[in-house]
Amino acid sequence: MLRLDKRPTPSKFWNYATPVTAVLLTMIAGGILFALLGKNPFEAIKLIFWDPLFSEQFASYSRPQLLVKAGPLILIAVGLSIGFRAGIWNIGAEGQYIIGALCAAGVALAFYPVESWLVFPLMILGGAFGGWLWAMIPAVLKTRFNTNEILVSLLLVYVAEKLLAAAATGFMRNPDGAGFPGSRNLSQYPAAANNEIFVNTGLHWGGVAAFIAVLFTYILLQRHLLGFHVQLAGQAPRAARFAGVAPARLVVLCLGLSGAFAGLAGMFEVAGPARQITIDFNAGYGFTAIIVAFLGRLHPVGIVLAGLLLALTYIGGELAQFMLNLPAAAIQVFQGMLLFFLLALDVLSNYRVRLARQPAKTDAKVELA
Amino acid sequence: MDLSSLNIVVLLASLMVAATPILMAAIGELVVEKAGVLNLGVEGMMITGAVSGFAIAVSTGNPLIGMVAAVIAGAALALIFAILTQGLMANQVASGLSLTLFGLGLSALVGQGFVGVVPPRTPKLDFGPLSDIPVLGQIFFRHDMLVYVSLLMVLAVWYFLTRTRAGRILRAVGENHHSAHALGYRVKRVRVLAILFGGGCAGLGGAYLSLVRVPQWTEGMTAGAGWIALAIVVFASWRPGRALLGAYLFGGIMVLQLNLQAAGFSIPVEYLSMSPYLVTILVLVIMSSNRARITLAAPGSLGQSFHAAG
Repeated sequence: MLRLDKRPTPSKFWNYATPVTAVLLTMIAGGILFALLGKNPFEAIKLIFWDPLFSEQFASYSRPQLLVKAGPLILIAVGLSIGFRAGIWNIGAEGQYIIGALCAAGVALAFYPVESWLVFPLMILGGAFGGWLWAMIPAVLKTRFNTNEILVSLLLVYVAEKLLAAAATGFMRNPDGAGFPGSRNLSQYPAAANNEIFVNTGLHWGGVAAFIAVLFTYILLQRHLLGFHVQLAGQAPRAARFAGVAPARLVVLCLGLSGAFAGLAGMFEVAGPARQITIDFNAGYGFTAIIVAFLGRLHPVGIVLAGLLLALTYIGGELAQFMLNLPAAAIQVFQGMLLFFLLALDVLSNYRVRLARQPAKTDAKVELA
Repeated sequence: MDLSSLNIVVLLASLMVAATPILMAAIGELVVEKAGVLNLGVEGMMITGAVSGFAIAVSTGNPLIGMVAAVIAGAALALIFAILTQGLMANQVASGLSLTLFGLGLSALVGQGFVGVVPPRTPKLDFGPLSDIPVLGQIFFRHDMLVYVSLLMVLAVWYFLTRTRAGRILRAVGENHHSAHALGYRVKRVRVLAILFGGGCAGLGGAYLSLVRVPQWTEGMTAGAGWIALAIVVFASWRPGRALLGAYLFGGIMVLQLNLQAAGFSIPVEYLSMSPYLVTILVLVIMSSNRARITLAAPGSLGQSFHAAG
């Protein structure tokens, strides 16, 4: 029989080793899945993890895509990680992302066709505000009425999706679009367009924002009293209360910050790669970011690496879809498995696994002696 | 708009059908939470049940075999959750979420060959003359078997939790796992069994959605039903009878907004279809605003991992 003994403090080694091991195990399990789907597993894994970066045929297109996809994932995930550390579960980032995009697009469309350098900063403010506002709903309901923030933030994703549909087919529809759903194309409105900063790098302002957010979060968590409160509230809620941490303030702060980050991600996406508000504008970044946050161990630097890796699975997944006819959903399963393995392996950092033949009896003897 | 097209009898009858999948998932999750475990993977287990029930029903031509398969599929996914949280002491919130993300992906993968396929019909139960009673017969006695199964489930869970020894042990485990452990009850075994039951119920609820309610397979078709089931457990203050009330209330709103859409109500479809989610949030707020009541009603060890020291 195996026995688990709780470690006094989590193992440093396994803290770093589990994400890597989880990725390797997911590759093996994913390979088995691809084999079951009748694809060559080695070819599929190579297509997903190697070819987007290094193959001569695809890399020139897919390398820039890495930053395009990783930007929103990292931006949302660092925001979420702050709350997750404090035991505040915002799982509705997808909704905040949508509302941020809607607000930013609203600002742009209100100014259209005015050419002013002010439009873009105002859109950034609008996006952050929209995400913040949407996250304030669960925050206020939690602090005022004790309502579970997990359920409310998640249910609001569905509401946001309906709003998005209403916007794309109704109040934000392009008046010159011949009645087709979808807003004006923001890439054709220079004042609002979020273009690549350096050509062919995939870096747009969203990437810059993600970088700033990572720095900000790192400083907040490592160097600021607030960061200490966040960690304390998550690890020892009782001690936190004695130390004077106000739980309500923390809820408002964590949800607000993660909402604003998610809203920003939506803003840069709608003004950049997505170009316009459409019914299927949201691509699940808000949910994948949860995996990114956990895979990055809720640490800003870890999240950058995890964000790049999951961005790679998106791009590689598309490539495998194109080359091997691998179904799009297979990548979603792949990402889900990654989280399973990660959570399963976490036992190694918190517990020592021991071989024990008859644990109860031997313990009793030791006590008697 | 033509309000006279809203027939109250038809509305009430379809309410029962609309509420059934959520009721099944909620009653399963209620037992899980009573054992002290918070499984946020209901949505994932439901949609896995929906797709596997659909696939098996289509390939065997028998909806009942499909339903059984859905129960097994839901429980199988729940088993992953049980291994993660009970065996490997993983965080319950994160594990539940991963179950939902995985289930949504897996169902889309399995279901891609079944889009647009028509499933075999689930027969209505024959009540003979009962179904001919005006009004009442139409509302209560013209449904398929599963509607009544879901009602029986509520009764059985109520009886189990309040009147049987095993049910009391389950509640003890959920209220205080340390005391239950000290009394010699197998905390983990009880919890694993509860989790499997919850998974089976969610799977069945999903299959009801794809085989009877809609009946069709579309990607992501549960559309938050699993999350609403979770909310209904809170609404019900963890009592089976109130879960029934909550599910039917919700079913009523669902049916009403669909009928208003059909009747050409002047509000755009998108806003009407928001209403079930908004009402669920509203109900959650009302129920949880009384802090003392919710703290008393919630199982004491809800969401906490248990690891027997030594």
